[in-house]
Amino acid sequence: MSLFFVIALLLLGAIAPILADRYGRGMTTLATAIAPAIGFAYIVSLTPQVLAGEHIIEYLEWIPAVGLTLSLHLDGLALMFALLILGIGLLIILYASYYLSDKEDTGRFFSYLILFMTAMLSIVLSNNILQMWMAWEVTSISSFLLISFWGHQSGSRKGARMALTVTGAGGLALLAGLLLIGDIVGSYELSVILDSGNLLREHGLYPVVLILVLLGAFTKSAQFPFHFWLPHAMAAPTPVSAYLHSATMVKAGIFLMARLYPVLSGTEMWFLIVSTAGLITLLLGAYVALFKHDLKGLLAYSTISHLGLITLLLGLDTQLSAVAALFHIMNHAVFKASLFMAAGIIDHETGTRDMRKLNGLWKFMPYTATLAMVAAASMAGVPLFNGFLSKEMFLAETLNQHAFGFLSWMIPVLATIASIFSVAYSTRFIHDVFFNGEPIDLPKTPHEPPRFMKVPIEVLVILCIAVGIFPVLMVGDFLAAASQAVLHTTELPYYSLAIWHGFNLPLLMSAMAIGGGIFIYTYRARLYRSQSEFMETDAKMIFEGAIQHIVKTASSYYEKFDSGSLQRYVAALLIFTIVLIALPLFRYQSSFTITHMQPVTALEITAAVVMCLGAIATMVFHRRRFIALLAISVVGLILSVAFARFSAPDLALTQLSVEVVTVILLMLALFFLPKKTAPESAPGRVVRDLAIAAAFGGLIATINYIFITQPLTSISDFYLANSKTGGGGTNAVNVILVDFRGLDTLGEILVLGIAALGIFKLMARIRLSMPNADEKGRPWTNDSHPTILSMISQSLLPLALLVSFYIFLRGHNMPGGGFIAGLITSIAIIQQYIAHGVEWVKPRIKVDYQNLIALGVLIAALTGVASWFFGYPFLTTWFDYFDLPIIGEIELTSALIFDLGVYLTVVGATLLILAHLGKLSTPDRPKVER
Amino acid sequence: MELLYVICVGVLTFSGIFLCLRARTFPVVVGLTMLGYAVNMFLFSSGRLNLEGAAILGMAQNYADPLPQALVLTAIVIGFAMIAFVVILSMRARADLGSDLVDGSEPPDTRKLVKSKRGDA
Repeated sequence: MSLFFVIALLLLGAIAPILADRYGRGMTTLATAIAPAIGFAYIVSLTPQVLAGEHIIEYLEWIPAVGLTLSLHLDGLALMFALLILGIGLLIILYASYYLSDKEDTGRFFSYLILFMTAMLSIVLSNNILQMWMAWEVTSISSFLLISFWGHQSGSRKGARMALTVTGAGGLALLAGLLLIGDIVGSYELSVILDSGNLLREHGLYPVVLILVLLGAFTKSAQFPFHFWLPHAMAAPTPVSAYLHSATMVKAGIFLMARLYPVLSGTEMWFLIVSTAGLITLLLGAYVALFKHDLKGLLAYSTISHLGLITLLLGLDTQLSAVAALFHIMNHAVFKASLFMAAGIIDHETGTRDMRKLNGLWKFMPYTATLAMVAAASMAGVPLFNGFLSKEMFLAETLNQHAFGFLSWMIPVLATIASIFSVAYSTRFIHDVFFNGEPIDLPKTPHEPPRFMKVPIEVLVILCIAVGIFPVLMVGDFLAAASQAVLHTTELPYYSLAIWHGFNLPLLMSAMAIGGGIFIYTYRARLYRSQSEFMETDAKMIFEGAIQHIVKTASSYYEKFDSGSLQRYVAALLIFTIVLIALPLFRYQSSFTITHMQPVTALEITAAVVMCLGAIATMVFHRRRFIALLAISVVGLILSVAFARFSAPDLALTQLSVEVVTVILLMLALFFLPKKTAPESAPGRVVRDLAIAAAFGGLIATINYIFITQPLTSISDFYLANSKTGGGGTNAVNVILVDFRGLDTLGEILVLGIAALGIFKLMARIRLSMPNADEKGRPWTNDSHPTILSMISQSLLPLALLVSFYIFLRGHNMPGGGFIAGLITSIAIIQQYIAHGVEWVKPRIKVDYQNLIALGVLIAALTGVASWFFGYPFLTTWFDYFDLPIIGEIELTSALIFDLGVYLTVVGATLLILAHLGKLSTPDRPKVER
Repeated sequence: MELLYVICVGVLTFSGIFLCLRARTFPVVVGLTMLGYAVNMFLFSSGRLNLEGAAILGMAQNYADPLPQALVLTAIVIGFAMIAFVVILSMRARADLGSDLVDGSEPPDTRKLVKSKRGDA
């Protein structure tokens, strides 16, 4: 077993509920619980080690080449959170299986829940901050999916969107912060970062880092002013609210602050920002909670308030306050999860969460009421329950701190006020719901929930009491281990977890809180009245409005750039490229060591002039398309002559044959396209385009000139030296194609085949109007297949095929090969199509070109595979010489078979394209499929 | 000679880019073909310009670099496939959209012209 195994298991566990869904609710629950249960057991088994002070770190190489390593660790803080996540998670699974109705998609729900659990566990176990961030984002996404689980409700959708927007934006800030930390420290490993506290705090970018990281933490943990999303997230099913939005996910931000406490805290800035945000959140949450009529609304604001309390503790400048924060994290998770579950039961059994209707439920569900009362007492900070202990510690620390200088006295006072409200809303939760008269218009008659639905609450409530009475026994070691991790020291300051510390100021503050809370609750009616005078602001409306405003502004800017015009994009792209190319050229200072320049002859000047004239003519006459086509074919022809001149006979042959095929293709296409281009470009645009094109051409020519005049160092000597001995051929170009770089060639013919098939598909249902006259209105000739042409081409066919066969065979040693032979064969056959028409050729050539392509690629690939059978790597060439009577010595090579594959693919692809395009112009054209 | 060669590359690029910026599909296809020539010449010249040096063993004193040649050879064939694809695509676009404009509608310049004229009136 390892920590990685736990994560992997949970990830697999996210699929289990979907698969088990068809076997009923019980099986689904069981399948869901297996992975967390195993994980929980494993973490528990590691607990003694960690509590003994061991720090477990595990690494898993992921992409070592770029230095990415997955790493997980388990220390006191991670242990505490891992147990909370898995433990409460298991209880939530049990609870949810009773909570969801039969109609609901339980499998999907549990799958999301386990996904969240995996991500949350990954956050706390990550030893790499980037990895942690990844998991952080996944919690945001799974939270979105869970909040919007009831997506048919508008509130769910809006709440989910708001939560995702706020936490997602915070996540981006966090990423920036973490990247900066990694940059400053030089490592993303948490174990390294935690030792670099001073380096970070003294770095000039520390304020930026701090603010970015805190943005992430505050948004996630619903701290003021980002608290508004949490109440709206309550649109989620209650198990989700209990688990994500009170016990675990919202604690991720606090976890982050605790995790980075050793490196980021300890500065004025930290104390000021964190404690102020915490204090405001604490007060605001406690105050608003009292006035919420919705049961879950009350709990949501109470959660905000308690999160504020923990944040405030982390922001105080005493070490003990961090210990208190950790203690309260545990306690809050336990009592708040049970309260949410109790609220869920009430909602489930009565059909409403409105406290103005819910009254006197004690008569109907005394057992649930008792459980809820214990949890609420813990929340209020009543002695003998766990909430009391951490609250006492909190109040004590507010007295010991000096974070606000001379104004530090404000903190204990405000903390007491918040505590008063906390007691008041806790009292309201109990008194309003379970006592206070009779229920009003309940949709259902309430009764106790199923037996096992109460089990999770019982477990948590027992924990509340046990921790409250025997704190040292229950959590002493956990708290100590976690505090050591957060304070990054093995020497902890002295603290006592006892219930009774004698008569002291914190006890007085607690007493004031309880007394004051009950007093406020008693006179609540008057408070409600004065509160109702204020305008109620709906965060959802404001948020949606803001979002819409942003979208509108963004799209108005966007539309200025994005006109939907491809032409404009191409121009913009080219201008940008020009700038990118030109900038380095400005700075380029070359010695311009011109090595050997080739002499210029009259012939070459003539060729160059013709070529340039052809290019310019294509441009000038581009609106008269036929002329442009003729002009560009001149350029292509000169190009093939140039290749021949510059010692590239293979290229010359290829270019020549491709040129023929291209021109035929374009002429065929022209038949279906307008013969003239209407002048639509404004003169300004023509000038602009000319400038862009000229700049581009100039730059390309410059670069070309720079490298063409530099001395050549090439890797080609290897190919030349091994072409005959290793590849068995004297034509180095062909040997490179079929042997040295055979895999590339295999890829090339595959691309060729795919392109041809794509074209075939594009032509399949094309509906084109066929013109019956040319641009000047002259009808096409009646003699579509002139006799002389058909006779000559027919008699040329065997000759052409013979030539192509010859070119194919000699390719390995002399200019030629599969590509060129394939093109020559294609041209010969295309000529038959031109001379005789499709109807004539069709019965004579009964070859399916698609199959030809497939056959070609298959042959080439199988030739490569064949070498495996002889124990050689893919595409190793075999060759040998044989003595045949009469003919003499001949060479046989496996590259020839590979080249055959190339040949067939080229023939198939070319003919598939041209013949099908040609077919469009005949009565034989493919029928329009309906 | 080298200078002459790069001038040709430059002119071909110039012509190709200009045609690629046109509003109708056919000139764009022709422009792409032209650019293909320029790119192939550009690539080819990375083996430098050699006379009488075909890379056939035993046929020359100094062999030309065979590697760029092999690359350009496949580039020519693939280039043809690409041109074919683009030209068929443009036919398909014309068949389906009823226009052979690159943007599928009137170029924005014309729209603007019409708009501003209306605005003036």
